[in-house]
Amino acid sequence: MAKPTGFLEFEREIPTDESPLARVNNWDEFHHHLPEEKLLNQAARCMDCGIPFCHSGIMLEGMTSGCPLNNLIPEWNDLIYRGLWKMAIERLLKTNNFPEFTGRVCPAPCEGSCTLGLNNPAVTIKNIEVSIVERAFAEGWIKPNLPQLRTGKKVAVVGSGPAGLAAADQLNQAGHTVTVFERADRIGGLLMYGIPNMKLDKQAVVQRRVDIMAAEGITFRTSTEVGKDYPSELLLKEFDAVVLCGGATKPRDLKIEGRDLNGIYFAVDFLSQNTKCLLDDGGEQVRADGKDVIIIGGGDTGTDCVATSLRHGCKSQIQFEIMPMPSLERTSDNPWPQWPRTLKVDYGQEESIAEYGRDPREYCITTKKFIGDENGNVKELHTMRVEWMKDDNGRLYPREIRGSEQVWPAQLVLIAMGFLGPEDKVLIDLGVTRDQRSNAQANYGEYSTNVPGVFAAGDMRRGQSLVVWAIREGRDAAREVDKYLMGSSEL
Amino acid sequence: MSAEGFPAQGLYDSRFEHDACGVGFVVNIKGSRSHKIIEQALTVLINIDHRGARGCEPDTGDGAGILLQIPHKFFIKNAGCKLPAVGEYGVGMIFMPLDPKQRAACKKHVEDIVAEEGQTVLGWREVPTWNGNIGASALKCEPYMMQLFIGKSANITDEMAFERKLYVIRKRSEDDIRFGKKFAGGDVFYFTSLSCRTIVYKGMLTPQQVGTYFPELHDEDLDTAIALVHSRFSTNTFPSWERAHPNRYLIHNGEINTIRGNVNWMRTRESMYESKTFGDDLKKVLPVVHEDGSDSAMFDNALEFMHLAGRPLPLAMMMMIPEPWQNHEGMSKERKAFYEYHSCLMEPWDGPASIAFTDGTMVGAVLDRNGLRPSRYYVLKDDVVVMASEVGVLDIPNDMVEYKGRLKPGCMLLIDTAEGRIIDDEEIKAKYANEKPYGEWLEKYLISLDELPDPPTIHAPDHDNVLQRQQVFGFSYEDIRQILIPMASDGVEPVGAMGIDSPLAVLANEPQLLFNYFKQLFAQVTNPPIDGIRELIVTATNTLIGSEGNLLHPEPMNCRQVEVKSPVLTNEELEKLRHIDKPGFASITIPILYDVNGGGKSLEAALDGIFTAVDEAIANGTNIIILSDRNVSAEKAPIPSLLATAGLHHHLIRTGKRTHVGLVVESGEPREVHHFALLIGYGASAVNPYMVYESIDDMIRNGILKTTKYEKGVYNYSKAAVKGISKTMTKMGISTIQSYCGAQIFEALGVNKTVIEKYFTHTPSRIGGIGLDIIAEEVRRRHVHGFPTRSAISPLSEGGHYQWRADGEIHMYNPESIYVFQTAVRNGDYGLFKKFAKMMDEPGSRPINLRGLMKFKKSNPIPIDEVESVESICKRFKTGAMSYGSISQEAHESLAIAMNRIGGKSNTGEGGENPSRFIPDANGDSRCSAIKQVASGRFGVTLEYLVNAKEIQIKMAQGAKPGEGGQLPGAKVYPWVAKTRYTTPGVGLISPPPHHDIYSIEDLAELIHDLKNANRDARISVKLVAEVGVGTIAAGVAKGHADVILISGYDGGTGSSPRSSIRHAGLPWELGLADTHQTLVLNNLRDRVVLETDGKLMTGRDVVIAALLGAEEYGFATLPLIALGCVMMRVCSLDTCPVGVATQNKELRKCFKGDPQHVVNMMYYIAQSAREIMAELGFRTINEMIGRSDLLELTDALEHWKANTVNLDAILYRPEESDEVGVCCMVPQEHGIENSLDVKKLLDICKPAIENGEKVRAELNISNVNRVVGTITGSEIARKYGREGLPEDTIQIKFNGSAGQSFGAFIPKGMTLELEGDSNDYIGKGLSGGKIIVYPPAGIVAEDNIVIGNVAFYGATSGEAYIRGIAGERFCVRNSGVNAVVESVGDHGCEYMTGGRVAVLGPTGRNFAAGMSGGIAYIYDKDGTFSNHCNTQMVEIEGLLPDDLVELKTMIENHLKYTGSDIAKAILDDWNNTSTKFVRVMPIDYKRMLAVMDKMREAGLSGDDAVMAAFENNKRDLSRVGGN
Repeated sequence: MAKPTGFLEFEREIPTDESPLARVNNWDEFHHHLPEEKLLNQAARCMDCGIPFCHSGIMLEGMTSGCPLNNLIPEWNDLIYRGLWKMAIERLLKTNNFPEFTGRVCPAPCEGSCTLGLNNPAVTIKNIEVSIVERAFAEGWIKPNLPQLRTGKKVAVVGSGPAGLAAADQLNQAGHTVTVFERADRIGGLLMYGIPNMKLDKQAVVQRRVDIMAAEGITFRTSTEVGKDYPSELLLKEFDAVVLCGGATKPRDLKIEGRDLNGIYFAVDFLSQNTKCLLDDGGEQVRADGKDVIIIGGGDTGTDCVATSLRHGCKSQIQFEIMPMPSLERTSDNPWPQWPRTLKVDYGQEESIAEYGRDPREYCITTKKFIGDENGNVKELHTMRVEWMKDDNGRLYPREIRGSEQVWPAQLVLIAMGFLGPEDKVLIDLGVTRDQRSNAQANYGEYSTNVPGVFAAGDMRRGQSLVVWAIREGRDAAREVDKYLMGSSEL
Repeated sequence: MSAEGFPAQGLYDSRFEHDACGVGFVVNIKGSRSHKIIEQALTVLINIDHRGARGCEPDTGDGAGILLQIPHKFFIKNAGCKLPAVGEYGVGMIFMPLDPKQRAACKKHVEDIVAEEGQTVLGWREVPTWNGNIGASALKCEPYMMQLFIGKSANITDEMAFERKLYVIRKRSEDDIRFGKKFAGGDVFYFTSLSCRTIVYKGMLTPQQVGTYFPELHDEDLDTAIALVHSRFSTNTFPSWERAHPNRYLIHNGEINTIRGNVNWMRTRESMYESKTFGDDLKKVLPVVHEDGSDSAMFDNALEFMHLAGRPLPLAMMMMIPEPWQNHEGMSKERKAFYEYHSCLMEPWDGPASIAFTDGTMVGAVLDRNGLRPSRYYVLKDDVVVMASEVGVLDIPNDMVEYKGRLKPGCMLLIDTAEGRIIDDEEIKAKYANEKPYGEWLEKYLISLDELPDPPTIHAPDHDNVLQRQQVFGFSYEDIRQILIPMASDGVEPVGAMGIDSPLAVLANEPQLLFNYFKQLFAQVTNPPIDGIRELIVTATNTLIGSEGNLLHPEPMNCRQVEVKSPVLTNEELEKLRHIDKPGFASITIPILYDVNGGGKSLEAALDGIFTAVDEAIANGTNIIILSDRNVSAEKAPIPSLLATAGLHHHLIRTGKRTHVGLVVESGEPREVHHFALLIGYGASAVNPYMVYESIDDMIRNGILKTTKYEKGVYNYSKAAVKGISKTMTKMGISTIQSYCGAQIFEALGVNKTVIEKYFTHTPSRIGGIGLDIIAEEVRRRHVHGFPTRSAISPLSEGGHYQWRADGEIHMYNPESIYVFQTAVRNGDYGLFKKFAKMMDEPGSRPINLRGLMKFKKSNPIPIDEVESVESICKRFKTGAMSYGSISQEAHESLAIAMNRIGGKSNTGEGGENPSRFIPDANGDSRCSAIKQVASGRFGVTLEYLVNAKEIQIKMAQGAKPGEGGQLPGAKVYPWVAKTRYTTPGVGLISPPPHHDIYSIEDLAELIHDLKNANRDARISVKLVAEVGVGTIAAGVAKGHADVILISGYDGGTGSSPRSSIRHAGLPWELGLADTHQTLVLNNLRDRVVLETDGKLMTGRDVVIAALLGAEEYGFATLPLIALGCVMMRVCSLDTCPVGVATQNKELRKCFKGDPQHVVNMMYYIAQSAREIMAELGFRTINEMIGRSDLLELTDALEHWKANTVNLDAILYRPEESDEVGVCCMVPQEHGIENSLDVKKLLDICKPAIENGEKVRAELNISNVNRVVGTITGSEIARKYGREGLPEDTIQIKFNGSAGQSFGAFIPKGMTLELEGDSNDYIGKGLSGGKIIVYPPAGIVAEDNIVIGNVAFYGATSGEAYIRGIAGERFCVRNSGVNAVVESVGDHGCEYMTGGRVAVLGPTGRNFAAGMSGGIAYIYDKDGTFSNHCNTQMVEIEGLLPDDLVELKTMIENHLKYTGSDIAKAILDDWNNTSTKFVRVMPIDYKRMLAVMDKMREAGLSGDDAVMAAFENNKRDLSRVGGN
């Protein structure tokens, strides 16, 4: 810690974004960078704790606290304060293959558990992270590194999301010959088609990384869906090991009356089409222009839908959330270092407020049915308000409030209620055992499935989760694969 | 009695015994013999009884005895055989077996030897003894006393030759009979003396018993001109007759800290011995040193040998205990040359020592270089000199006294009865210094490293592969950040806080450097650590490299060595040595590498190869061995440098070649202070840590060391390292690196016997552990990171020792455990606490501590309702000693409130306590800490503070940094902190490493007694830190009458400490506690004391294990802080604690969210979880559990790759208990308060004053056995009147005579004690407002005579003192408020003073004002020499200001008024002149702070506002020097 009293001297500061009203006119990233001298002061706020909770990555009450990648946050904060960018990127890359992704899209559980957060706003860890990695790219420090030697072992990675890419990167660096299978036309999985461009630039950021990995010798087979375009069984014949990183792509549906009406889509489909059109400069897609849009689900994907539909030029937008509005400050049952369940105004809401003058979110609301028009297009949503009660076991459950029925006009409904688990095909083909939640059965830290040589990581094993967890699992699974192939691992 | 002492068992081993004592002699200068001398000496002995000790029985002493000249007149009459003239025969005093047959065999064998040596047995005499009053345990092993008379053969002409012959006879007899194991009962056989000059009567006796056991000592025919007496205080009660003093040549009070190294070096020098005087007899007397003896006995062995080989006794003493000459400003060139030359022959025998020695004609006495033992003497008008540890030991009429003196540090007093005069220090030393042209010899032969020519090449840092090699040597990023950067940029050893909670090396998963398996030992109780910074004058860091010569014959070439100023070599310096091209030197570089794939076998073979290579090199005349691991490669890994160094060192000791060569280590491995200390401690003269330098270069290149140039970085690093090494050795009380070298003051923890015996011979290692295979595996695991086969070399690992890291070692405190624990105690959720406890108790397959390796045996459970209640168990709980100042008021008071609520005890720590807290709060809570700590700084220790204690704890050491003092930097001395400490805000405070009134075990007994006097209702507790031998120390402490003994683990500790101390000093409490319990039980002392333990105790299971290992009370420190919100920031030293716990910053204190109830919950939960286990084990009460280690066993579920090498047998050993031996506290200590002068007389006399405030006047006689006079009376006043006391002079008592120790200790305002006579040490200790006046009786020139002893007014907080005459060393040490006048002081005057005024009307000793940060001293500098004696690190010497003159004049006027001082009168009579000769000693920080306060007051602020503003202002001032 270069400056022990930094936290007493400097206030938290993050760079101002492009203004909401300006940014909704394009699909570009809207975060600016803090000037270096200001960033150093932000880094100086880090207290270099004896126990850096930010770096811990543990689960508290079912929520992530601290960085699942165990990023060496105090170390690089210190280095940034000293202006040692090159060392900072070395320390950052030690635990994180893709800080340019996490620095943009991670909800930053590190900041939620930052010790400074006990009494003050947390250190701007995420902003510092992205600054380090972008500086490193700008300086040309991040370039293809070819492994020292090739082991002759071949590994297949199924799925090119953050878990698959992390596994591929690690295994390639360990000298194995890696092939990544991706059913989409571009590499990146959710990074490419799940997260909208303004949050994570596809060309400038995602593809930049993919290109480096390709240059390092990884073979990417796009538009190749294992189990369809490529027989699952062949994996075991052509490769010495397989890592399944197919994600948890089955969306949670809302099976209520009227679900079959036109104009009701899964958020992920909506978002991916949108990105594809953007990248292909055209194509078929669902548009929100001029429509009343309702997004069901108050999470990040829901927010992405808010921002995307806004850019389409929707007429109005509402975002449903069944949970109550979080408080502004931590409540007593949600103490530090737990993930803070406080009200956050994310970029989508911010833009919506700018555009329409109100926060699009409605809380404690549940959709009872969709009503369509004569053409089978959705016309309105009928909802009830709920209140949260505790059952005999102390568990919370929503109870509908009598007489709270409401009707909401909508021509486009986007369901962003999360994901249920992995798709079945590959797992069934390979005979991989599943856990209770339908995920591939493989213990955390071991990653091996019941099928010898077949490993599973990321959402496919863990269920829906964060990008950082996916990278973490990909890295760790690579280590296990390496051990499996070589008897020991230097990863 | 057996030759080996009490057999080693469990953790007990007799080699860790210590002793201390009282010493004295009476001698007639003219050599005139009389019986009176003996009677006087026996009286002296009885009067220093309180310095000795009793065993478990009052009538068994630890040993006492007397040494006399051969009483020829008596023997003529009583020998029973015809004796020739004096000097023509020798007398042996022998302990023999009781069994007549065994005895006869012994006698026969001795007679044979005498005959073989060509001498004649004249006869045997059975010495009459009377054992009617000696204790049972002494009686049990009482030997048979015999005297042997040996006639000199005609062909021996001089006395020395005969003495040598007798020595040969003695050595041979002992070798055969005592050690040869062939004679039944031979282990009893022991010569107390065999000489034609002197005889020793001694035994396992009390001082009173000496004269009754040997009735002939009272025989009028028995006469002598010289008598040395000694009363022993041993740290155990095991029977030993032979360990009593006198030894053959000396009596010793103190302890030789470096004994292990000295003995090794003596042993290895034997091959170099050649002696004309001994001739062929030489081989009969080897080995010279017998290792079964005590340190004093071994010292005696060495001294005797050198003396008999022809070295005069005083000269031999000068060699063995040289005064500190390196940094002496006034010493003659010749004397320095003498010492320097002799340092090439022998390293100092270092440690506290008051030694009196005699050869039967000359009697001398010396004091160690630090002056750590008291020695006072009177020269009488009838040519008698009486010297003793105390004055007043003989009742001598005032008019008989010629003068009174004291032995000064490093000085010698010599009385030559042949010449009939006293020879002073200067004269003796000049004589020997000028005997030979030592200066010329040195000039010619001794080479300084600096003078060597520049080497042809120097290794340049190799940037390209630095990462690779860092990986091979196991560097972590943490090492770079936490160790190297602070050392290289600031030249300081880094500090950390909050102790250590990660696994012991043997339990750690990450590969450990071998260094981490060794723990530093440190001084506690039996000898003091010293302050290498403030007392720099006694330390020396130079070392010598080359071959040693023959110790017995000083020749010019003996100093043909290279002198190295610092043991940490730069690359350039190393190359100079490598390329040395001077006659008499040849160096060789020996690689210390091995084939990494060959594992332990290949490691062992490589080590053997090194030894062979060195043997050959020595045979070829090489004398500088450089062990180097520079050329590591993919195949060759470095042998751990410590293993190679220690292994070679011991190999060479065994082959007798060690002194032929100097060892230098060139290694990439060492980087921390601890590493250097180990390498030097195991024989390296110098170390080149080249990877540190390469890393510094690398750090500069990559910018992390921005402002430092390479050379400067190397310089800073080396400075920090040497400072750290110096601190490590001073922790053990060792002052010179030369004597630290090879002293191996370490304990191994987790290294197996095979490795220890071969490579680390004689190092204690008590739990088994790893062997060469695992050592090699650890090397391999590091090596592979430097030479990965497939991937690129990864960046340095994060480490995770000092700060938690997910990939680092497991820590007990981690994000999850803190979260779960805090949630549990805040929400009052016992279920959650159980979850926390489970995390602590079952850390899976990764045990962290020794108790993690234990499990409970199956037992018969009982219902939990039958188990002692939670409330009852909580009474045994305590919180740790954390000072107000280190933690915030909020945190400190919360702990007190919580502990008072549950009936446990909180602890003030060493920073005092605000008196407002002594009064209970309105809501019934009390913020008064039950335990009041008394630490070396004595901050805030007033009588009022002491009387408000339920327990008074003497902190001898603390877990985080045993053997070290502490510092509170000025920036943390906030006004409110300063107030409770009686110091100045903004001015740094230093706690000295030792208590300056405890240099030895009998001193501790004295302090215990003093404190008991100060508060008779309080338990006196002594806090020790676990280390090898702590059990025997604790036994001594129990004998010193402590009520409670606390054994702290090394891992505890909340304050900030040097990183190497936190991790590497001290032991886990499991070991220390078990050692202590076992030793106390074996000594039958266990039932007198309450045993307490602490050190990262977390759960009920920990409490139960502590109980089973012997503890009755349990301390918690970090855990309650966590309960109050601490999140282990570990920045306690920075005042930036973000949760308001360890800070004084007002803004941060607002963040404190703790509540006493959280601590209460925690304590209840721990007690409840303990109860649950007790029910499982079938115990109804804690007391039933104490010491039941038989219910513990090693867990069988160990899969850890190293932990399964650990063996807990010694820890779990349960001594056989007989019915008479109590295993928990059952009987109160006998404090002897009822015999005090206060109880017997003063309380009655002062009753009107205490009860009604009436004036009281009285006059009484006093002698040295009247100790702590006035304190009990004072305590009654303090109880009734608080800190206000009574009006001045309400009580005025005059005493006549020699006052015992601690005269007037802690006396409050309203008490005035006047002493006509003189006093011993510690007068006015802790003075709390009272007034003390001392002057000598008429007829003695006060200013030329010593009137008060050492360490006067230590830690005094207020009051006045007027001393007419000279004071000893360390006058007014740590004074914080007393105004004192004295006429001259010894060394280290006003040391660490923080307040008050001291006027010295005459000369001062050396090192005046060291560490002085407050108050003012006025010195009458008549001849302008004072500046030579003043340590100006923190003070300035300047002229007096008008205000000063007014103040000073008043003080001197008072002095004249109270004492009638001639000097005062002379000064006042000529005030205009004399006042200009005064200088004032002004602490720099103090001065600036006072100035700022004045400025703030001028600016219109007042009271606390002015102080606070000044403090803030000062805090920003970068020029602060002190306390940083």
